[in-house]
Amino acid sequence: MKEQLNAIQSAAATALSTAKDLAELETLRVKYLGKKGELTAVMKGMGKLSPEERPIIGQIANEVRNFIESALEDKKTALETAAAAEKIANETIDVTMPGKRPCMGKKHPLTIVLDDLKDIFIGMGFSIVEGPDVETDYYNFEALNLPKDHPARDTQDTFYIDKNILLRTQTSPVQIRTMEKQKPPIRVIAPGRVYRSDAVDATHSPVFHQIEGLVIDKGITMADLKGTLEIFVHKLYGNDTRLRFRPHHFPFTEPSAEVDISCFNCGGKGCRICKGEGWIEILGCGMVHPKVLRGCGIAPEEYSGFAFGIGLERTTMFRYDIDDLRLFFENDIRFLEQF
Amino acid sequence: MKLPLSWLKDYMNIDGIDNATYTHALTMSGSMVEGIENPAEEFENVVVGKIVKIEKHPDADKLVVCQVDVAENEPIQIVTGAKNVFEGAVVPVAKHKSRLPGGVKITKGKLRGVPSFGMMCSTDELGISEERATGILILPEDTPIGEDITKVLGLDESVAEFEITSNRPDCMSIIGLARETAATFNRPFSIPNSLLKENGENINDYASIEVEDSLLCPRYVARVVKNVKIGPSPEWMQKRLKACGIRSINNVVDITNYIMLEYGQPMHAYDLDHVEGRKIVVRRAVEGEQLETLDDQPRTLSSSMIAIGDAKRAIGVAGVMGGANSEVTEDTTTVLFESANFHPIYVRRAAKALGMRTDASALFEKGLDAETCLPAINRACSLLLGMGTGELVGGVLDVYPVKKERTALPFEPEKMNAFLGTQISEEEMIDIFRRLEFEVKDGIVYAPTFRGDIESMADLAEEAARIYGYDKIPSTMMKGAVVAGGKTKKQKLEDKIKDTLAFAGMYEIMTYSFIDPKENQMTAIPEGDARNDFVRITNPLGEENSVMRTDMTSSMLKTLRTNFNRRNPRASLFELGSVYIKTKDGQLPDEQQILSMGMYGNGDFYSLKGIIEELFELLGIKKYRFEPCTTNPTYHPGRCAEIYFGATKAGVVGQIHPAVAANFKLDTEVYTANIAFNVLLKQYTNDRTYRALPKFPATSRDIAVTLAKSIPVGEIAKIIEKQKTDILENYRLFDVYEGEQVGEGKKSVAYSLSFRAADRTLTDEEVAGVTEKILETLKKELNAELR
Repeated sequence: MKEQLNAIQSAAATALSTAKDLAELETLRVKYLGKKGELTAVMKGMGKLSPEERPIIGQIANEVRNFIESALEDKKTALETAAAAEKIANETIDVTMPGKRPCMGKKHPLTIVLDDLKDIFIGMGFSIVEGPDVETDYYNFEALNLPKDHPARDTQDTFYIDKNILLRTQTSPVQIRTMEKQKPPIRVIAPGRVYRSDAVDATHSPVFHQIEGLVIDKGITMADLKGTLEIFVHKLYGNDTRLRFRPHHFPFTEPSAEVDISCFNCGGKGCRICKGEGWIEILGCGMVHPKVLRGCGIAPEEYSGFAFGIGLERTTMFRYDIDDLRLFFENDIRFLEQF
Repeated sequence: MKLPLSWLKDYMNIDGIDNATYTHALTMSGSMVEGIENPAEEFENVVVGKIVKIEKHPDADKLVVCQVDVAENEPIQIVTGAKNVFEGAVVPVAKHKSRLPGGVKITKGKLRGVPSFGMMCSTDELGISEERATGILILPEDTPIGEDITKVLGLDESVAEFEITSNRPDCMSIIGLARETAATFNRPFSIPNSLLKENGENINDYASIEVEDSLLCPRYVARVVKNVKIGPSPEWMQKRLKACGIRSINNVVDITNYIMLEYGQPMHAYDLDHVEGRKIVVRRAVEGEQLETLDDQPRTLSSSMIAIGDAKRAIGVAGVMGGANSEVTEDTTTVLFESANFHPIYVRRAAKALGMRTDASALFEKGLDAETCLPAINRACSLLLGMGTGELVGGVLDVYPVKKERTALPFEPEKMNAFLGTQISEEEMIDIFRRLEFEVKDGIVYAPTFRGDIESMADLAEEAARIYGYDKIPSTMMKGAVVAGGKTKKQKLEDKIKDTLAFAGMYEIMTYSFIDPKENQMTAIPEGDARNDFVRITNPLGEENSVMRTDMTSSMLKTLRTNFNRRNPRASLFELGSVYIKTKDGQLPDEQQILSMGMYGNGDFYSLKGIIEELFELLGIKKYRFEPCTTNPTYHPGRCAEIYFGATKAGVVGQIHPAVAANFKLDTEVYTANIAFNVLLKQYTNDRTYRALPKFPATSRDIAVTLAKSIPVGEIAKIIEKQKTDILENYRLFDVYEGEQVGEGKKSVAYSLSFRAADRTLTDEEVAGVTEKILETLKKELNAELR
């Protein structure tokens, strides 16, 4: 009997080692361990054994059963691991194929750059204010120290609705509206559309955008104006950018300046973008004219402030190296999707 | 404003200042130099030559063959057709491989078979005359042969081009720019005195001046020069005029132009023999008065202009242009020079009304200094006498009732420093003012009379700052009260809408706010509609941009058309723009923001509606509804819905009517929507309240009903919605079917209902109860049968 049991064990071991799948394994389990299996058949003959032999054979039979069970288990694990590995292997995909992208649009490049500008100024405690596109002559010109017949009016070719109503030529009227409504301290930017009767070409548009800035408080100095705009320029164009404040004239600021920055393309050596000058004009600014303050009921003896105006199209064109202003208003998808 | 740099030498020393230094320094002290050009840079290899021999051309009657000595080993051979050449003539020669103004290149060639190694030049070829010359320029005999032509003609002259701002008319002059240059470089500056030799006569015996209103003409100065011989002005003067872009006419006219350049004081010269009654009257023009101006144009004057008259008629428009009737001509012998000061606004209006902005009017309209009139006229007379012609009649006619005083302001160095954020010493400020010809005395700053722009401390601070150097002002951070910045709810909503729509696949666009009034017809806005009452631009660039838009649809359709024409297969666009609704005449319009959306090639009505619904979801907007609209002529009557919040109509969405689409040449299905931004702002909320996650499972039931095809599913939804009070958690449309199986004129609609209670698992009975109730109502109200 002992031989029989040993024979079953070695036969099972051989059969298990060559089993190919879980089904075959089950067949072998039934064959050796099942109710009608070989091991059971041998065990049925135990009764005929002597009482001395019975425990010995019984132990061997148990060992054989344990051996086969454990071998079955090991084989099962091995087969399962192999099957899992094979499944994984079969699931390989070509990860270089393009992804399935959700359909997305984009904001207009002018909005993207304006958002950046807003963030920079909000970070310095500015709020955003607005004013109407269709303005009165008073807010657009007179209150800004540009009385009727002022020669500087000629430089801003104005669309008129009637004698006293026009399309604003600048965002500066929002300065006046703000000062009339709000007591200092004032720290605002006013982005918006402006209009000039310029024929359309690569650098002119009858509609474009400006961002006006205004700060009014006690003790505001021209040095503060320089400091504020320096932060703005460094945040927008990088810390290496140099600024140049050049004296200029605007009727509603005194002193006035235009601000040039060192060309971001060539660093100031001179190139196509800066037309060889190394400097690019980016904005106009100055200390708010005492007449303007007084006209808004703010005493220039007590308060001072500064204002600035930035062209959004120009800033955006520099930012993305766009050479034609018309693209902004054509809205060709192939243009819009680039930003 | 053009400044030949050598002209500065009349007033100051400019040694050792190169062009780059000059450009930078003047730009940084407030006189923007746009560039410095030198006409000589346009020349290359053009020299003085002498014709040593002329022979006939063997094959051409009109050509001659010249041997020209250009101070090289051998004379060079040049073939020319010019008539005025002769042996011994000294001429400009453009040699082989030379360059002339206008980018003209000269190389050797053959003329009718005879080799020619260059070209002899005329004045226009040299760029020193605009008119076509008839022959070669003949130079004086003693001109050195072989010399560079630019040196001989004095073309080697650097001319700076300035951009002068409107507040500085004093810098619209050579003297003004010299003064700025001297102040900038801190060098001495002086204006040479005009030496005048008068004859023993009295000007009052020759002419008289009458100024009717000194407001219009604060000062009028006249001098008379007799026995003048009109002829060309000297070469040096012509050269300077030319460098500044002014054509030479004759000695007297050239002098008036020269003074305008030098002093910034426009002048005029009259032929006194043609001034009736030898009397000058400065007066308001008579309405309708006729005058032929110097440019031979008939002009009709109006009473808002200042006329210069004589005893009988107008002889000039003050500050704009003189009349032809008293013009200085070749026959003139007695000249009356006018150097006057006119009211800027009257000059400006006259120039505008007559459509003739002259150099003179451009100066006067900025406000000139009456104190300049006399030195300017004296300089003019001394220039004329210096040309060796004329006799200056003794005395000056000077009508100047109120002498112009200098503006006096307190000298407040501390205030200026506090304003600028600088620490410029008092001494340095005083020195800066001295350089600019301001006087500081006893705590008062006196601004020179030519600085009409100086009115307050801020103006003085600017003077101090710009000469001190803007670049030396420190950069500091604002002090003072802390200000909380940030965006308003409205601004945040704008951001959120743009972000959401971009994530939903739409591109933001920006379009012009003005349109062609015909566009409202193209979008089929009915005639009587209030939107056809436009805010009109009185001076538009063209009809296509002549009215402020009252509706966003045409802007959107035009943009879709652009993309469609360019074969972009699909486009989904949005714009947050404004429409401009007329209020009352003389009042500002109502500017309303509209969210405009539009698309083609990217889905159907439900795609656009879905984006709107998703937007509303993200904006926390719940109580909206879409109602079918069959009456909006812009839209397809069967594919249009109006968007409501309660009783408020907030917008419209739909397929553009094919006829409207065709008006915009859009041969495809186009969907657009317009939603009033202010309504969204009212509805928009960021408030959200957390609801506990359910602990009990949901039960779902599907129902399918058959009903008349014409009934919108929205009606079914309304009925189901009413049951959403207790255990009905949600419902969803999942099928609409039309076809044979449901019968003609009918459709089958299927909803999935989801039930849940927060505190228990629902029983079948509870669920069946609500389902039954819905089905009953559907049957009763919509005659919908359970399938």
